[in-house]
Amino acid sequence: MSAVRRPLLQQPRVQRVVYPALVAVVLIGLWQALVTGLQLPPYLVPSPGLMMQTLFTDWASLGLSLLVTLKITLLSFLLATLVGVLISFLFVQSRAIETALFPYAVLLQVTPIVAVAPLIIIWVKNPTASLVICAALVALFPIISNTTLGLRSIDPDLHSYFSMNRATRTQVLLRLRIPSALPYFFGGLRISSGLALIGAVVAEFVAGTGGNGTGLAYQILQAGYQLNIPRMFAALLLISLTGVALFVLMAWLSRLALGSWHASELSQD
Amino acid sequence: MPDAHDTSAPDPLAPPAIEVLSAQKTYPNGTVALQPVDLTIQEGEFVTLLGPSGCGKSTLLKMVAGLLAPSDGRLLLWRKPVAQLHDCPQKLAFVFQSPTLMPWASVQANVRLPLDLAGVPRAEADARVGEALALVGLSRFAKALPRALSGGMQMRVSIARGLVVQPNLLLMDEPFGALDEITRHKLDADLLELWRKKKLTVVFVTHSIHEAVFLSSRVVMMAARPGRIVEEVHIDQPYPRTPEFMVTPEFSHYARRLQESLLRASQSTDEEAYA
Repeated sequence: MSAVRRPLLQQPRVQRVVYPALVAVVLIGLWQALVTGLQLPPYLVPSPGLMMQTLFTDWASLGLSLLVTLKITLLSFLLATLVGVLISFLFVQSRAIETALFPYAVLLQVTPIVAVAPLIIIWVKNPTASLVICAALVALFPIISNTTLGLRSIDPDLHSYFSMNRATRTQVLLRLRIPSALPYFFGGLRISSGLALIGAVVAEFVAGTGGNGTGLAYQILQAGYQLNIPRMFAALLLISLTGVALFVLMAWLSRLALGSWHASELSQD
Repeated sequence: MPDAHDTSAPDPLAPPAIEVLSAQKTYPNGTVALQPVDLTIQEGEFVTLLGPSGCGKSTLLKMVAGLLAPSDGRLLLWRKPVAQLHDCPQKLAFVFQSPTLMPWASVQANVRLPLDLAGVPRAEADARVGEALALVGLSRFAKALPRALSGGMQMRVSIARGLVVQPNLLLMDEPFGALDEITRHKLDADLLELWRKKKLTVVFVTHSIHEAVFLSSRVVMMAARPGRIVEEVHIDQPYPRTPEFMVTPEFSHYARRLQESLLRASQSTDEEAYA
């Protein structure tokens, strides 16, 4: 706490909100001006006003789709986190296990989900489960690679100290590896939360043609067929906002867990 | 068997705290870190391993601590192989070059670590942590995180973590090397005080001649390429030693003697290298 309070606009906390908001205002204003000025038809580019209006009038179905996409995103994110962390624990138990399995983790990462999704949708009967699996596959790799790196990034002297005190494997894991891995793990979560959303939308696109989807991707497909571009924009807006919300949530969690000790979360004042 | 800890003078019948018997370290790539060395350290001694970088002083200390295995030879602590130390009543503590603290844990939790690992009940552990922090003068900072402390204070935490196990033997690997001169003098003086109060045996690695003379009852001089012991010098000066000791003629005498010995050792190495 500084003794002299700085003007509101010079406080970093306020700047972090106000500056991006100003950019948004300018961009939206420009968009509205271009649409009205050039008299663009709404079936090519709707104005921001029309988009918001559509969001409200179509909220009944768009809101339901948002819930579906949100559910798949969150479930797949949880699944990826759980599986990713377990695989990382396995990897750090022995170099042999990691060497043997890591190429397959990479294989999982580089195979485009669009190519695999139809197969998974055929194999897994339950539509929600099949979408969750697809999205989890996309979100899995950053968690594995970051957490494994983190679990290995322990201070070698501190590790020596633990072995000198005859610490068990479990003690080293709980008291040294896991705390050391947290900054890396949260870094992985930030990336994966976005990927889970992308995975969910992509999987919905693939499944949507099969008539299973009621998620936001399905809304975009439908709106595309009907040339209902304002509705497409409204669905896009919801997807973007969901991604931003996830990112903010992860940043908040990371701050909560690391704020007091890790350099990445210390304020720059 | 007489209890060696009740007497301040070394008991000739007590087993030596450390016996190094022709221990050597050669790395798989053929680098000789340490030629075979013999060294006996009695209980209650303050021994400094002094030498330039690469002389194997840290290697020797780590072998005594059981952190490194010798390529050949043996190391005994109280007549038992290092690996069997956990069956002994005696305990050793190791203080690293850097504070080596857990950044996410409070000072208190850091000091409590060895007790937690050994499964000491929380109430007893906290009481002992309190004592150890009082010994290094950090009782007020029990709840602080390491990053909130200065380098010297972090080192004190590291020493408190060593003391909390109530060690008989304290091994220190250039613990104050990264600190400024003034802080180092203060910690040196505090360490001597602890050594006397707790009747510890201390093996202290340093590359500072002045620190070695000020602290030790015996200096083991080492040389590099290959790492070896070249000389042992007893500092026959009474304790307690105050900072005034550092301006006495005796202090200069010992410092000069060690300086010359160090020069001679490095010259002979250089001649061999260029022969």
